[in-house]
Amino acid sequence: MMRRNVDTDAIIPSREMKRVSREGLGEGLFANWRYADLATREEAPDFVLNRNRYREAKILISGDNFGCGSSREHAVWALADWGIGAIIAPSFGEIFQANCAQNGIVAVVLPEEQVDAIGAEAERRELRLTVDLGACEVQRVGDRALPFSMKPREREMILKGLDPIALTLSEHAAAIEAFEKSDRTARPWA
Amino acid sequence: MSATPRTLFEKLWAAHEVARTDDGQSLIAIDRIFLHERTGTLALQALEKAGRTIRHPRRAFCVMDHIVDTKPGRPGLTRMPGGAEFITATREAAREAGIRLFDIDDPSQGIVHVISPELGIALPGLTLVCPDSHTCTVGGLGALAWGIGTTQAEHALATGTLRVEKPLSMRVNFVGRPDPAVTAKDLILAVIAKHSATGGLGCAVEFAGEAIDALGVEGRMTLCNMAIEFGAWTGMVAPNEDVFDYVNEREFSPRGALWDQALAAWRELTTDEGAEFDRELELDCEGMAPQVSWGTSPEHSTGIDALVPEPDGDAGRREAMRRALDYMDLAPGQKMDELAIGAAFIGSCTNARLSDLRAAAKLLDGRRVAEGVKAICVPGSMAVRAAAEAEGLHRVFENAGFEWHESGCSMCFYAGGDGFGGMRTVSSTNRNFENRQGPGARTHLASPATVAASAVAGRLTDPRKLS
Repeated sequence: MMRRNVDTDAIIPSREMKRVSREGLGEGLFANWRYADLATREEAPDFVLNRNRYREAKILISGDNFGCGSSREHAVWALADWGIGAIIAPSFGEIFQANCAQNGIVAVVLPEEQVDAIGAEAERRELRLTVDLGACEVQRVGDRALPFSMKPREREMILKGLDPIALTLSEHAAAIEAFEKSDRTARPWA
Repeated sequence: MSATPRTLFEKLWAAHEVARTDDGQSLIAIDRIFLHERTGTLALQALEKAGRTIRHPRRAFCVMDHIVDTKPGRPGLTRMPGGAEFITATREAAREAGIRLFDIDDPSQGIVHVISPELGIALPGLTLVCPDSHTCTVGGLGALAWGIGTTQAEHALATGTLRVEKPLSMRVNFVGRPDPAVTAKDLILAVIAKHSATGGLGCAVEFAGEAIDALGVEGRMTLCNMAIEFGAWTGMVAPNEDVFDYVNEREFSPRGALWDQALAAWRELTTDEGAEFDRELELDCEGMAPQVSWGTSPEHSTGIDALVPEPDGDAGRREAMRRALDYMDLAPGQKMDELAIGAAFIGSCTNARLSDLRAAAKLLDGRRVAEGVKAICVPGSMAVRAAAEAEGLHRVFENAGFEWHESGCSMCFYAGGDGFGGMRTVSSTNRNFENRQGPGARTHLASPATVAASAVAGRLTDPRKLS
């Protein structure tokens, strides 16, 4: 999906957020682009996820500022529900990127030239990529691996599915208590 | 005293840093958490399901704003398709959690980023988060406020903290004195047009300069509201005496001795002389015209007196511009101020406060909206609405042919029901994304004055031509 500024309204339009739930949002994924007729769900044949080659795709490649706009975590839930496990782009909307980490989706930042190159290749032919979170590399058969960086903690959260609340409370409970105590004196008005 | 000079952001950050985590993140104390029915309810439900409680229930608030009806005489639920479930689930979750809910019929109801300052819930020097990207709005008071996801909201509720990687610091310097018709909205659109929708990525951005010092409190909030459209982590303006007056004697503001103590602390919330930023950008405001967007990203903005641009820049930008022109049904070289509109909208957390409504009403007074233009005004809160009515502004809007609504996010985005599907719409909102205001809607972002002038003329119009 080689375009810039793909916003979360495009990833999941507000009217597709039909229930108070994280489940079943894949149907609304990219609804405005994916369906030629929103009411009957007739598909738009040219849209990338409707092409046979990419119906089972697990990795999405896109342009700068992917996931900008609304903070709705539904965008990440919709991508995950549809089957996306990793997104490769030159940059991400920051709230979206944080939401990815909370939900086991790997947001891979690569330099724009590299993203453009693999994006163009995916347009030309069926491209098979591996996002190796252990090695922090995007790997292609017969080509050099593309390294990316990710915070160790973020990686561990995704790999082990850790509960961030439990983690914070187990590691920092005392620090939080101490901060709150001194803060009550320093900023009683707050 | 020779303490190292610090930026406003550094001061806010340091005052809230609880701990550093082993991979370089910080644990930041959260002073206020605001939720709304669209994204917040799931956080409350998940917390309850996990058997957890809110660490500081009196610092958490909830409002119905995103999918409530705004047509006068609205029901206790919503006519929006599928919306009723969000309303009832929110009522139940807020009651269970024991937090204050501003419900549909509450006189304090309104858009979260409009009511949090009105109620004194957002204050200078506080950290405030909300699962909503425009939370940065209250950076206009000198608060450190940013939008988060639902899962992060759960973390903030349960622990009173969030894990955050420290952003870089940036200052955007506004140079020169802008034309009196140039508003905060025009300034921020111009910044995003010049430095792109990713210009502020990874940064806590302070807006500064003569033009910013001169902005009223509400203008500062308009400016910071769109920091997210600049890609920034958040935006802020150093608070001045006008800000302190604004927050004084609000429902949740400190009083008496606590007020005096707060005020003393707030007066320190400036960037010290000589403090260094990681990045600095500039915008020259001299001679700038009111701004309007032509494309499908806020970075696609230009002067109202300019022409629709020719695609330029690198290949990615040219492609995005071509796609935007196609969606907007525009061709390079067309005059912006000759584009006929089908609708005009004044509302949203960007531009629906009292000063915005006054600016629009000033131009609408004694005039009529052009034949065939659908025009709607949705005040940012019920308090704004009441204040506007006390001045008779509703009569001005109604006599001009505007619908006068109750408060909510309404048609800033399309959630089903009413929208601007297929129409060219001039809008005081923040996002001109494809289909944002309805399927096929073509949104032109502008200030309330430009929206009003355009509604009267039936085409995009420089407000200076009417006044």
